[in-house]
Amino acid sequence: MDLAKFITIIISVVFVNNFILSKFLGLCSFIGVSRETRPAVSMGVAVTFVTTMASIITWLVYRYILIPYNLTYLRTISFILVIASFVQLIEIFVKKTSPALFKAFGIYLPLITVNCAVFGAAVLNSEMFFENSLVLPGSFSMSLTQGLAVGVGYTLAMLLMSGIRERLDLIDLPGALKGIPITFIIASLMSLAFLGFAGFKI
Amino acid sequence: MTEILLAVLALSILGLGFGIGLAYANRIFFVKTDPKIEKILSVLPGTNCGTCGFAGCPALAEAIAEGKAAPDACFSGGYAVHEKITGILGVPVKIKARQVATLICAGGKRAPDKHRYYGPKNCVLANMYQGGHKGCEFGCIGFASCVKACAFDAMAMDDNDLPAIDKDKCTACGKCVAICPKNILELRPAQSHIWVACNSTDKAPAVMKLCGYGCIACGKCVAACKFSAIRMVNNLAKIDYNNCTNCRQCVLVCPTKCIKTDYNN
Repeated sequence: MDLAKFITIIISVVFVNNFILSKFLGLCSFIGVSRETRPAVSMGVAVTFVTTMASIITWLVYRYILIPYNLTYLRTISFILVIASFVQLIEIFVKKTSPALFKAFGIYLPLITVNCAVFGAAVLNSEMFFENSLVLPGSFSMSLTQGLAVGVGYTLAMLLMSGIRERLDLIDLPGALKGIPITFIIASLMSLAFLGFAGFKI
Repeated sequence: MTEILLAVLALSILGLGFGIGLAYANRIFFVKTDPKIEKILSVLPGTNCGTCGFAGCPALAEAIAEGKAAPDACFSGGYAVHEKITGILGVPVKIKARQVATLICAGGKRAPDKHRYYGPKNCVLANMYQGGHKGCEFGCIGFASCVKACAFDAMAMDDNDLPAIDKDKCTACGKCVAICPKNILELRPAQSHIWVACNSTDKAPAVMKLCGYGCIACGKCVAACKFSAIRMVNNLAKIDYNNCTNCRQCVLVCPTKCIKTDYNN
């Protein structure tokens, strides 16, 4: 378990394989919530939290339930089950313990339930850190790191997009491009820019 | 066969476990919500117009139930909704003086430009470039940002490129007041029918050169007012609505006709 491995994971997930801009996961919230910077960042923080926690729980489920009973083909459905119940649990817990945080998360917490970036992180973990149904050394901590990095990459993309969209609001655009169309164009340009990272050897 | 059974069993147990866990968590972390919130929400218009400043009707219902917002915070619902909410909360009905938005500029098309402006037709943006293209730095830019901001269809641009306010439709939500970069929209009590339609603190020669329809601070209205409701502040007449009796003497004497009234007769 050397530090370099973790740094490699973080850089590759945040920049090279950014979930939104390179893997095209979690696009609905990327388009839907990126109108203003503040909600976008709250959404990013909430997603980071959920991807991190979901990485831990799905790792445990995969390692101790699915692999021993030879049920890895149930990965998709069980992960969705885990993520959905986990987000619900967070919602209940946060509502009770910290109404302020609950308000800050607002509608974004339920939105994360169906965010494919979270599921993508869990699946990616189970593909990368298990080999032939065997646990690779350091698998758990690497899953954790990757889950966190996925969230950070998501937040980064949201922050960039919302900053651009806030300025787009002030521009005199042809009516046909206003709103979502120009957002798609910007998203594809940003995606092209992130493609520049693809050549990195790490 | 066992494979299928195992799969079904594993998923069922997993699902059941999570289900029970969630039900149990919901019981431990049960949050009592105020039944008033539901009731208030049911009488609010439900259009989520956002003019109250909250993120939609549910947020306002919660704020009213918690006492963070006044029972009359819903602008679009008006008095009818206010009455129902006070009924739910058990507080006395409060009759707030109705207000209307008022434009305090009379220049519009008649006020000459100081440069040509080819940018986006948006007052906020136009104002960023040398305070807009109008010669008078206090006056209306005329790109109708306020009209676009109005959620109640109470504003329209008139022939003179100035926003005209429909007094009956205006709910005094203050959206136009907030968006105007020149701060020339104000809320005035609806029972006051007189206002000074100028915001220029320039001296008389400048006002005459840049517009000709603004307040030149001649002081005739101050002298004409028998109720000392008008004061001259920074070369601009200001009406104190607490003292104004709508006698309209000031309207009659104003040489530039910049004191306006919406009396019909």
